[in-house]
Amino acid sequence: MSSIEERVKKIVVEQLGVKEEDVTNAAAFVDDLGADSLDTVELVMALEEEFETEIPDEQAEKITTVQQAIDYINEHAKD
Amino acid sequence: MSENQRIALVTGASRGIGAAIARRLAEQGMQVVGTATSDAGAGRISEALAPWGGRGVAMDVTDAESVRTALEDIQATEGGIEVLVNNAGITRDNLFMRLKDEDWDAVIDTNLTAAARLTQKVIKGMMKARRGRVVLIGSVVGTAGNAGQTNYAAAKAGLAGFARSLAREVGARNITVNTVAPGFIDTDMTRELDEATRERLLGEIPLGRLGDAEEVAAAVGFLASDEAGYITGETLHVNGGMFMH
Repeated sequence: MSSIEERVKKIVVEQLGVKEEDVTNAAAFVDDLGADSLDTVELVMALEEEFETEIPDEQAEKITTVQQAIDYINEHAKD
Repeated sequence: MSENQRIALVTGASRGIGAAIARRLAEQGMQVVGTATSDAGAGRISEALAPWGGRGVAMDVTDAESVRTALEDIQATEGGIEVLVNNAGITRDNLFMRLKDEDWDAVIDTNLTAAARLTQKVIKGMMKARRGRVVLIGSVVGTAGNAGQTNYAAAKAGLAGFARSLAREVGARNITVNTVAPGFIDTDMTRELDEATRERLLGEIPLGRLGDAEEVAAAVGFLASDEAGYITGETLHVNGGMFMH
């Protein structure tokens, strides 16, 4: 089983159609990876599915970078 | 196969316009699942769609649990839904001054809210698949108005506005959202009208006759097809000229 970081990055690559090397921890979905509002909603849905968790809207809004997504999953995902 | 065996879900498919739509989409090569509120209705749909391998499922569109169960069943049996036709609808006609709250609520819940909720569930898979067709069955009444149908008109006009807004949201995902607005179609719903109302309505139709459910189904079949890929947010009126704009 890959680490949470690897799984999050894989989802970002798939959802946003970006290159793996561009998905750094500091990368922001909108500013660096070119995501639009619909992309970010889909990204959150994909994270929810992969990690079998539910991310409330007010939390989802705060997840704007790859690192923030990893941190959120680390704190909330079921093992 | 021209439609590459797309999976289509049609609500309210046991009779009338919904039954015609389900058969039409099956004839176009789609794998069709039709819903009815009762098991008996679902059985009738299975029978009607048997020649094409389609089937009926019992689902109450206003019951979240029932919708969830049916969608899980379809996902497991047929796969991801690519064509959704929100057809299920009811009427509770009365002059507005006499209209009861429960008649207002029942019509808005079934015709508008339930369609939106089901679409929200189904469209997630379409977004992932990067393709999809949503067709809402509206009504000429939603555009032209009709005395005695304030609740029905509000719900049907609501569907068209819903479709236009959703079309803007999901267009980038190659999903189209359109409304088909039937006029006076020969179904159980319109057979309940009294003779005077029928005569008055017929007088307003340039083509001088009621429409067939199959004529509405043909419009839905077109909007659900690959050929209609550049049409979205549109309301297609099928009403014999009863209302033009």
